[in-house]
Amino acid sequence: MTADADADVDFDVIVVGAGVAGCVSAFQLATAGRGVLLVERGAEPGAKALSGGVFYCRVMEQVFPGFVEAAPVERVITRNCLSFLNPSSFVNIDYGDQRLASPVNAVSVLRAKLDAWLAEQCESAGAMVMPGFRVDRLLIEDGQVRGIGAGEDELRCKVVIAADGVNSFVSRDAGLRSKDRTNHLAVGVKSVIGLDRAVIEDRFNLEDGQGAAYAVVGDCTKGVGGGGFMYTNLESVSIGVVLRLDDLKRRGASATDLHDGFLNHRFVAPFLKGGELLEYGAHLVAEGGLAMIRDLVKPGLVVIGEAAGLALNTGLTVRGMDLAAGSAIAAARAVDGALEAGDYSPATLGEYRQSLQECFVGRDMETFRRAPAFLEGTRMFNDYGPLLADVFHGVYNLDLRPRRHLLKTARAALRSSPVGWLDLARDGWNALRAL
Amino acid sequence: MNLGTITERLARNRYELDGVSHIEVDQEAARAAGLGPVLERICPAHVYSVGPDGLIGVLWAACLECGACLAVAPPGVLTWHYPAGGTGVLYRLG
Repeated sequence: MTADADADVDFDVIVVGAGVAGCVSAFQLATAGRGVLLVERGAEPGAKALSGGVFYCRVMEQVFPGFVEAAPVERVITRNCLSFLNPSSFVNIDYGDQRLASPVNAVSVLRAKLDAWLAEQCESAGAMVMPGFRVDRLLIEDGQVRGIGAGEDELRCKVVIAADGVNSFVSRDAGLRSKDRTNHLAVGVKSVIGLDRAVIEDRFNLEDGQGAAYAVVGDCTKGVGGGGFMYTNLESVSIGVVLRLDDLKRRGASATDLHDGFLNHRFVAPFLKGGELLEYGAHLVAEGGLAMIRDLVKPGLVVIGEAAGLALNTGLTVRGMDLAAGSAIAAARAVDGALEAGDYSPATLGEYRQSLQECFVGRDMETFRRAPAFLEGTRMFNDYGPLLADVFHGVYNLDLRPRRHLLKTARAALRSSPVGWLDLARDGWNALRAL
Repeated sequence: MNLGTITERLARNRYELDGVSHIEVDQEAARAAGLGPVLERICPAHVYSVGPDGLIGVLWAACLECGACLAVAPPGVLTWHYPAGGTGVLYRLG
């Protein structure tokens, strides 16, 4: 990097995408006194954002102390329910715990509101926020990224941070990613159903302001890899399905049919009764785990958040926003160091990759690296729900025949299930190691 | 609950349209790859429909900009990018 090239820049840093990752990095760098431009293709920040969305938000305290009180979050999640759903039965593992409320561990969010607030914080910290701006290309000279272009506009900077989401055209343009395999990608289809605040708290058995998060497998996707989700907001419920693209393609199923079937399922519909559809949306989900993470650094460029493939489905928790924030913190630190040194080579910016690996983001991606392969197995989606229901049916269905101990009841259920003993042992072992 | 047809659902969303399509299909290549029926099923907004002549119709204005179509299409069959800055779907909740 020569002094000449440094002199004609418009900004120190240009951040592409005003989502969680982009806003956190822009805020950190603006707070450090750097000249930051945050560009966003939506007419306003949040206009293009869609999450499930449970935000495991502890990380945000590092950036915005008092985040939960100040930010427009919906409910504090104190109930987590894993539901095995069958056509005419279900088995739930329903976990409620007030310890999850203090300190707050997770909140439900509606991204259009949250991202608008995050972008406001960036503006207050001195960043320039430019919505309605779609980046068409990177300015690359001698292999070094030197800015962004949109139509005839060109803006130059020392470092570009790509936070442009799961489709990240910026990192494609930089040659940092080839096409993702379709078993690494899933399509999320979501409806937001408006309901009275009190009705939600009654139906989901919630204290005032607290919320529930349901993760559902089985009949909600009719055997297609993926699952259903249902999260309570203050005055609405976010509900939908996430469907692995390879399986959806192969099985000839329709994404909207599966979404509609889930919402109208006999055990789901009562939660939504009398509600009104407020919004219908879709979003691609990165499900490949660690295998999907690609090279994250190029001279003058770092890639963060979903654009970097940072998303994690452990079967029990579905995470993206916390990983986005964690990667943004790591990137902001590395970029600040590079600006200090006046060196934007991968050697210096590579500090980002290093600290990402060392923080909770890299550690968790590593820990759960086997989860995607495990969850790809079809027994999880097709067979375990009915098997569990058969065990409990054997326990509760007192049909005047002599009762048997639980073990014998379970053995009988297993005999009539396509799941064999060996499958059960193998899956049990793998689940404990992968999840 | 009655969710309504996809058209009725999308009518509740907000869109800002500039009259320019952001999606192009290479009809020959799509036919050869048998892509039409796949797109019909996968797109949550029902942007794609295969006509009686086998051609794929593209109702680009309904697009929710998820990118699922691009992910399943073989390289070169579909040209799909985001609509111009400030246009397309505008989530109020997200």
